[in-house]
Amino acid sequence: MSLSDTFKGLTKSAHAVSGLGERIGDLPRVSRWSLIALFIFSLYLMPWWPEVPVLGWLVDTPGTSFEGVITDKVVIYVLVALGLNVVVGLAGLLDLGYVGFYAIGAYVVGILSSQHANLPWLVCVPIAVIVSMIAGVILGTPTLRLRGDYLAIVTLGFGEIIRISANNADWLGGSRGISKIAKPPNIGPLKFGVLDAKPYFFLGLTVIIITVFFLRRLENSRVGRAWNAVREDEDAAELMGVPTFKFKLWAFAIGAAIGGLAGTLYAGKVRFINPSNFPLQLSILFIAAVVLGGTGNMWGAVIGGAVVGWMPERFRGFADKRVFVFGVALVLVMVFRPQGLIPRKIRKERWLANWKQRESEGGEVARG
Amino acid sequence: MADAILSVNNVTMQFGGVTALSDVNFAIERGEILGLIGPNGAGKTTCFNVITGVYAATSGSVTFDNQPLAGLKRFQITKRGIARTFQNIRLFPDMTAVENVMVGADANHKTSVGGALLGSRRHHREEREGRDRAMELLTFMGIADRAADAARNLPYGYQRRLEIARALATGPKLLCLDEPAAGFTPAEKQELMDLIRKIRAQGYTVLLIEHDMSLVMGVTDRIVVLDFGKVIATGSPADVQNNPDVIAAYLGVPDDAA
Amino acid sequence: MKSLATPSTPTRSIYRTFWDLTVTGIALGAIYALVALGYTLVYGVLRLINFAHSEIFMVGTFATLITATNFLGIPLLEAGNYPYRTGFTLVAILLACIVGGMVVSGAGAVLLERVAYRPLRGSGEHVGAVVLAFASAFTASLVFTETTRTNVIIGLIGTAPLAVLYLRIFRRGRQAPRLAFLISAIGASTAIAEAVAIWSPRDREQYQTPRVLEKKVLFEFLGTEVRIDYVLVIVGALLMMTALVLFVNRTRLGRGVRAVAQDVETAKILGVNVDFVILITFLLGGVMAGAAAMMFTLVYDQTRFNIGFLLGVKSFTAAVLGGIGNLRGALLGGLVLGLGENYGAAIFGGQWKDVIAFVLLLVVLMFRPTGILGESLAKARV
Repeated sequence: MSLSDTFKGLTKSAHAVSGLGERIGDLPRVSRWSLIALFIFSLYLMPWWPEVPVLGWLVDTPGTSFEGVITDKVVIYVLVALGLNVVVGLAGLLDLGYVGFYAIGAYVVGILSSQHANLPWLVCVPIAVIVSMIAGVILGTPTLRLRGDYLAIVTLGFGEIIRISANNADWLGGSRGISKIAKPPNIGPLKFGVLDAKPYFFLGLTVIIITVFFLRRLENSRVGRAWNAVREDEDAAELMGVPTFKFKLWAFAIGAAIGGLAGTLYAGKVRFINPSNFPLQLSILFIAAVVLGGTGNMWGAVIGGAVVGWMPERFRGFADKRVFVFGVALVLVMVFRPQGLIPRKIRKERWLANWKQRESEGGEVARG
Repeated sequence: MADAILSVNNVTMQFGGVTALSDVNFAIERGEILGLIGPNGAGKTTCFNVITGVYAATSGSVTFDNQPLAGLKRFQITKRGIARTFQNIRLFPDMTAVENVMVGADANHKTSVGGALLGSRRHHREEREGRDRAMELLTFMGIADRAADAARNLPYGYQRRLEIARALATGPKLLCLDEPAAGFTPAEKQELMDLIRKIRAQGYTVLLIEHDMSLVMGVTDRIVVLDFGKVIATGSPADVQNNPDVIAAYLGVPDDAA
Repeated sequence: MKSLATPSTPTRSIYRTFWDLTVTGIALGAIYALVALGYTLVYGVLRLINFAHSEIFMVGTFATLITATNFLGIPLLEAGNYPYRTGFTLVAILLACIVGGMVVSGAGAVLLERVAYRPLRGSGEHVGAVVLAFASAFTASLVFTETTRTNVIIGLIGTAPLAVLYLRIFRRGRQAPRLAFLISAIGASTAIAEAVAIWSPRDREQYQTPRVLEKKVLFEFLGTEVRIDYVLVIVGALLMMTALVLFVNRTRLGRGVRAVAQDVETAKILGVNVDFVILITFLLGGVMAGAAAMMFTLVYDQTRFNIGFLLGVKSFTAAVLGGIGNLRGALLGGLVLGLGENYGAAIFGGQWKDVIAFVLLLVVLMFRPTGILGESLAKARV
């Protein structure tokens, strides 16, 4: 089986999944929700996936613990991709320095729980998210007036500035970084220790589900429409009454907040961070995750993040060649599926059907 | 002109060394359909862009509803009540027709990130209002059957009408149409004329840039003629048609006037 | 790339004067400018960031290395000394190296365009199909075996059938979205750098390039000793740039490039072969990068598989700084960046060098949103 066939298979199944989503949407309420619950439950069982016969062979990561991969990589990348998708996918702002916000989130936890204070992890998280958000606003205010590609290079510079500053400032631990970062508090039977990665995975997955819930609300609101309009034609959007700058800034701030949140999860898991954890290349990888999955499609971002996090580990078989394989794979996917694995779809609004029905029964006509 | 909804006062617009508009004066009265005509390059679209805030005039001022527009951002001008369409269609191509119109309707909405995240009552009310208004307008424009299609997949005539629907959704007092009939067949033009009259009948004021003389003469109450960035004539269609300056500048070829 | 901060000659450390920094800054800026030209050319014509351009530069440094050591047989050290050459031999070697760099980088850029970009423009592409077919068969074979020879054989066997399949898919006649080009470029960039890291004899290690030019002080200028390699770099870069500007402004092909840059559709209607013009654009950018690569090795005597990334980012910064799409802007941006970095590093310390570069960019864009000289090809909006 050639690699391109693998991709075609992958996308076909991805399509089947998203098509399935639509069909599930048409089901009656009870069966719909129970199916969704079942799906979420199976996600929580992910640490045991390698033990399922065929699935196990597909997903297991030889040479590394699958559990470790899904907590350290997949969960983090999916969350990051969700956040970056708001900026790049929905609002169409090319942010090449997203790793900066991720680093800020991690560093705030590091500073407040180890370097300069002893706050518990749970207290650090909201602070870190707010600080990341503020950083987003600070970066966005002067730069969001710039056009697309200028924004790209400026944000790229921002990511580098954050990393180099962390590297040079002793107050931030310098190049040695920060160790002994606080871990998440134990919740009942979930003990956040060193040996068992599962609790971290459950925590990360829960955070993802909550994020998806809120992002869906944003997407299906005036905010989401404004973002899309800005992406499609910024001038026209502004002339149609969209305060474009305000919503671009919101996109930046929300994206930054989610990036920071991912950083706090990462810091709480590895408990040791240093500037080399946040290289520029990571930003590029994050962008790759979003575009690979399908720009502007939240499920695409989820799949893209998961693939980018998991694939290099799945193919650890060819150790030092996996980054090369990843590069070739990126080109191939873009050449054959330029819209990403799961392209953005035109939403079929459920209310539209109702409206048509009402209309045919003799509803109201245009008012004066 | 006591009841002018919009007045353009001594507006001059220069790009580098080129003067696109020079000392332009005219006013639009509430409830009328004003035609803005002139040969290619006369400055019609520039004039439009000054009114809607795309360009800031080099000198002179634009007053809308007795208030100056200078210094307002484009979206603020839209919220004040000026909406426009574009000469070369500029819809949001990957959004559905109804979403396009809803973006326009959102100009009157106040929900922001907080309301959407928490699912506030106002958010739900505004969503409902927005989609009802959007569907009404699509029905009014006769394109509701394709409401769920991406704007890019709509036929040309639908796209033109969708732009008008989107502009109307912002709840304008003044609707500016930039060559809405470009590329239309005579039958479609006839439909469009009826539609513009219907829009006016609902209480909107309309500013119409148009190339097609039959359309302009047939539907407007008054006409302003631009040539080389200057207003060379103002008056009823009949007056303008007989104005020797206009004939010289623009209607020189009799076929055009037919 | 750390080497950029501290060039490796011992005589310099004492003279950290203003003019000293100026000379090295201009030399560094000249290299940035040459690489920036590649970004600016492609951006001007295609409106996309050619992210893989940095690797074209990197490949060029290896091409000069191979030309010098493998083709010309120059050792790294001769009896414990640098293999200095003089007179005609020296000129011939330097010319051979720069030509080697330019040929390989130019060819690499053209190949890159046909593999990673043209298929995305949806007009069908044979070379791209063949290369991608080989790449995918080769990569897939890595799953089963890691003997490179076997991989190559499997790759070759798989090429023909896959290429036929790919070509059918390429002819979909639809342009991919802008971001797809960017990701494809990122993928190509990763693959190129990694390929060099994996299949070059010393893997990820640094390579020394033979130092054939004795870096003598050529003359003194305002109390600064100006070394010959800096002079060569500055003069060489100016010559290359002049040649490029003349080509774009004076020749038929150059006119085609400008036409496509202004309006693709109109150019098409007027009978310009757009695909060919794009190819030429990439070729020109690649050739410039190849020249820059040789000059880089001339000054720093080394290269590595990941040398392109940061230099590419900086050069792109230079292009944006000057006004992307604007050839003179690339030169100005390169010089401003090279000088600014050098002065800044002297004031704030070398570790802040990259931060200074980006802050400089930010400040310039704040006041001139399209760069110092502006986009020469900028279009009016709305």
